[in-house]
Amino acid sequence: MKELSRLALVLTVITAGAALLLAMVESVTRDPIAQQRRLVTLNALKSVLPPADNSPDQDTVSLVTGKDKKGNDAETVFYRGRQGEDVSGIAFTVVAPDGYSGNISIMVGIDPVGHVSGIEVLQHAETPGLGAKVEESWWKEQFKGKGLDNADWRVKKDGGEFDQITAATITPRAIVGAVRRGLEFFKAHKAEIIGGA
Amino acid sequence: MSFVTELKRGIWTDNAVFKLGLGLCPALAVTSSALNGVGMGLAATFVLICSNVAVSSMRKIIPSKVRIPAFIVLIATFVTVVDLVMAGFLPGLHKALGIFIPLIVVNCVILGRAEAFASKNPIFHSAIDGVVMGLGFTVALLVLGSVREILGNGTIFGAGILGSSYIPALLLILPPGAFLAIGFLLGGMNKLEASKK
Repeated sequence: MKELSRLALVLTVITAGAALLLAMVESVTRDPIAQQRRLVTLNALKSVLPPADNSPDQDTVSLVTGKDKKGNDAETVFYRGRQGEDVSGIAFTVVAPDGYSGNISIMVGIDPVGHVSGIEVLQHAETPGLGAKVEESWWKEQFKGKGLDNADWRVKKDGGEFDQITAATITPRAIVGAVRRGLEFFKAHKAEIIGGA
Repeated sequence: MSFVTELKRGIWTDNAVFKLGLGLCPALAVTSSALNGVGMGLAATFVLICSNVAVSSMRKIIPSKVRIPAFIVLIATFVTVVDLVMAGFLPGLHKALGIFIPLIVVNCVILGRAEAFASKNPIFHSAIDGVVMGLGFTVALLVLGSVREILGNGTIFGAGILGSSYIPALLLILPPGAFLAIGFLLGGMNKLEASKK
């Protein structure tokens, strides 16, 4: 019995010490981590949106864009870039569920006319060297200026006008499809997205 | 015990990955580029030094019956510290290493050194052991990452060195390539050893 309580005491002291150390480190790193998360979003927004002079991550509107796996409403946040009072562009995240390996999330920027101002691949698990090449800028550039009214939203292999990547067609096809769905949603809900609070 | 002979022991004669066959899971999984290898190696080295010092300093008060849970708590604490600090200050590396940071907890190099060395030796020697074994692990991951990145992507630390005429052997940066690369490396090392005798 005496030995048992000694074992318990030692383990308790060690875990308490560990908890104390972790609490200290957490309090020091909390702000930098939050800052980094915000920076990631801000950088993505900056690279896809037309020039804006506000902080797009502070000027948002959330709309229900679909259902999640449990059947609950899934919301998408729409970030609004402004120049003065006018909306200069809208950015939001679309998810391509039909990539080669897991979901691909893409930040899409759209100008008020409905043409893409830029895309950024935020997260993916595609094959390095093949599907992962969608991260390269030459591939992302081809979306600029394209809208539902002036482009055929399919990869070239399917008869459209977007370059696929040699030996990796599935990833580009999934992204082109996801961006097209995003554009369609934007077209149908433009007033709410630009005007909503 | 001179530092140089210790260093040789950590990097060559008792190299954790190449000679002891420890820590193969992270060694194979993260070495798709040289930078990832070094990042993982240094993170594991930091944890190893801290855990060796902590285990060594408490070796007289930790009863042998509960030593493994006590070691794991200590190791997990330092891993969480690394995880938080990296998320706050090195977000790029944190994203690349992802799940493998928390998994340092179960890296058998670290528990192995705590059990085999730090629990029986004074603090200073344990710290040195942590440094040399950690550096050995880092060198192993750097070599493996470099080989795979050069052959599989034609680059080293992201800089192209083999020119555009080189067609990358993609297989090397895919998971099977990790096994092939370490197999050939081990074979080469064994041949080198054999030819010395």
